[in-house]
Amino acid sequence: MTDEYEHYEAIVVGCGPGGAAAAARLADHGVETLVLERGTEAGSKNVSGGLIYGEESAPYTLADLFDGFREEATERPVTDYYIHNVAGNKVKTYDLTDLHEHDTDWCDAVLRREMDSWLERRVHEKTSETGGGVLTNVRVNGLLEDDGEIVGVTCDELEPITADLIVAADGVNSELAREAGLMDWEEPEEWFQGVKAVVDVDPDAIDDRFDIGSDEGAAHLFSGDLFDDVRGGGFLYTNEDSLSIGTVFHLDSLLEREAEPHELLDALLTHPLLAGWFGNEYDEREYAAKLVPDSKKAAHREPYRDRLVLVGDAAGQMQAQGPIIKGMNHAVTAGALAADAFAVTRGNADPAAAGRRYTKLLEDSGTMAKLRPRRYDLARTVGEREAVTSAVERVLESPLGSLAVGNPIADRLLERAYNSPLLVSMLPDTKTGYVSLPTLIAEEHGKTIHWESEIEPPTLEERIGDLTYDTDVGNPHIELLDQSLDASGAAVTACPVSAEDFGGGCYRSEAVKTNGTEETLVSLDTQPCVECGTCAVVADTEWEHPRGGKGVEYREG
Amino acid sequence: MIEGHSHVNNGHIPTGVFMRSIVLTKGVPDFSEGAVSFDEEGHLERGKTPTVMNPNDEFALQAALQTKIRHGGHVSGMSMGPPGYAEVLQGAMETVYTDDSYLLSDRELAASDTWATAITLSAGLETYQEEVADIDIVFAGFKTADGETGQTGPQTCWAMDWPIVTHVVALDIDPDERTLRAKRLVEGDVDEIETVEAPLPCFVVTDPEFEPTYRTASQRLTRKRLRAETEERAADHEEYLTTWDHADLNLDPDYIGLDGSPTIVSSVDPIPKAPSEREATMLDPDAGDGMGEVLEEIQPYAAEAGD
Repeated sequence: MTDEYEHYEAIVVGCGPGGAAAAARLADHGVETLVLERGTEAGSKNVSGGLIYGEESAPYTLADLFDGFREEATERPVTDYYIHNVAGNKVKTYDLTDLHEHDTDWCDAVLRREMDSWLERRVHEKTSETGGGVLTNVRVNGLLEDDGEIVGVTCDELEPITADLIVAADGVNSELAREAGLMDWEEPEEWFQGVKAVVDVDPDAIDDRFDIGSDEGAAHLFSGDLFDDVRGGGFLYTNEDSLSIGTVFHLDSLLEREAEPHELLDALLTHPLLAGWFGNEYDEREYAAKLVPDSKKAAHREPYRDRLVLVGDAAGQMQAQGPIIKGMNHAVTAGALAADAFAVTRGNADPAAAGRRYTKLLEDSGTMAKLRPRRYDLARTVGEREAVTSAVERVLESPLGSLAVGNPIADRLLERAYNSPLLVSMLPDTKTGYVSLPTLIAEEHGKTIHWESEIEPPTLEERIGDLTYDTDVGNPHIELLDQSLDASGAAVTACPVSAEDFGGGCYRSEAVKTNGTEETLVSLDTQPCVECGTCAVVADTEWEHPRGGKGVEYREG
Repeated sequence: MIEGHSHVNNGHIPTGVFMRSIVLTKGVPDFSEGAVSFDEEGHLERGKTPTVMNPNDEFALQAALQTKIRHGGHVSGMSMGPPGYAEVLQGAMETVYTDDSYLLSDRELAASDTWATAITLSAGLETYQEEVADIDIVFAGFKTADGETGQTGPQTCWAMDWPIVTHVVALDIDPDERTLRAKRLVEGDVDEIETVEAPLPCFVVTDPEFEPTYRTASQRLTRKRLRAETEERAADHEEYLTTWDHADLNLDPDYIGLDGSPTIVSSVDPIPKAPSEREATMLDPDAGDGMGEVLEEIQPYAAEAGD
């Protein structure tokens, strides 16, 4: 029955770094590869904090796969790396460059519209040579099955297409991974939510204010008491002529504190520590948001079913251990390995041969061990001891070490450190690491800042107004299934483009009178949606992406 | 759908089929807001108004492109007009990827009415068939934005003695059977659509409601490849432009241009100015009592505002 359909050897869904790596490798192997991207251009739907790593231990990096990648598609390399522990106006700063450089061949700040669209052009060139190519404005909306077996994809814009390999590189809210039953949107504990502002700053001013050369860049992290006790932190990365400044929080913690993500971002933006970097001018180019899987909990150990393989965010492959956030690099590795797996199993009668091989390559290359350490799953106590041992060593080597000797506070800190699985990364996965410890450090050892910030970030309404949308009028992509406050009320605060008492966002709660009784109901307007996926986790929705080319279009990303 | 499972490596154009199409297009004054210029009497100032491709021809070009993408082939743009119309043909190449352009241009052709234009265009098509290749389909737009007659396409077709399908909104071609199946509006109404079949070669007049559809990946990849190839070609348009005068077309000057036109435009009514939406009283600012009148008029409102 599937003979009537168009057929390609491989279909790659999504042209972000994972999809681009998969497609480029498939083309290298001579595989006829069709890449389907729902954005009007690759990168128009993508957001990341903004650092991409080339790890020394990684089998593939984007610089290996695409000549000229770092020269043409990235911003500044990170040459300086700091963490700031903040308590009110007191700040204690540590140099994290050593930790940052561990296993790092290179690390560049990126803006995703520019990076991904560059990749798209290269991928189109490569895949055109083997009979395929990249198509934008095409949304894959489901899996084509024959007798219960996945054999292809269905699209909003095209007739169904069959393939021998289907690579779902369709991002954190992968509809294919969910339809295949491999991923879900159930547990807030498995997710982070990031929001980001890209701020316009003159290149010379960046060099000057961060004390770096024009071919150097800085990364700054922020933790402590700035974020209303929500577990998470802030970041600032230097681009060529802008700054990427954002915050990343555990979604469950955001919900628990009923915090407004944009207000937490503003708390960072308006902290006096940042005032000098803005020079009292603030021109926000773009506000963006994204859901981030926590690979320790969400990475799928066997990310395949039949001919379908998942790569990148779609498979939960986003390593967030404290300040070192690595997502794009793992997506690249996974995409390239999936392609290699297909190449060696080509012609195998078992449709799942490539997926099985891909899983093995993820294990053998050490990628899965980085993403989802078994010790975290199975032997937490032992794992903690290992982590903590090296953590203590690092702490002793670091400026913290001086404080460890004979200092009663340091004693207490180290005692807590022993109970924390991830001090190795300076920001353990508990309130202790994110808030209490940095606050204590800043209180005890920080310098006090004696100036105020005069920065006034835009309102949420202005931020939404500045975004570009191609609204699919009359065809909302998210349906709110349960309007009750219990089921969906959390979205009003957690959605990064909604807020309590703000009528211009996606979600709002209203008192509705029916038959004399008053009830608070949640309503949804998808027009301002940035497609982050938060509400898919925290509210009761039927969640889909808009069709090809519709919805939000990021210019920076 | 005819296409189905038909793509092949490196190119994706179905083999064994080749449809040759001509699109008739015309340059017209750009009537869009801000571009168009009228004199004080409401007559069009042709010299001050830029020339653009007749907007309805876009749909004819899109139909030709769809035919080429689905079945492979060659699309030529053809226009009758002064040498400057080459730019219109270049624009057609840029936007819908025509392969080459033919301009029928000659002083003898000046002041042609629709009849003389149709005779000239049919001579152009005949010459094309003799010197270039047999034509499968000629596409024309619904009507021009300046003349608005809608006559030239059908008259040209009459001169060729081919079948014609007008008001076409969707098109399917069976190259093996050499037939064309079209959905067309009946009485120009989108609620009433009929499907008709015609043998090739055939004339097709597209309706502004025409929408090309590309429902397979291979079609969209072909379109993308054509776009990339055309960028280079359009920049070097003169290389792809053939100009034919009346001698090339083997036309007797007595039957073309003004001499060959049985009709003539006797007069043109100026386009009436849109009536003002507000009532206005004209005042002479130099007259001393002018401002007094204004004051008188607005005083009552000022008083109300003070309440």
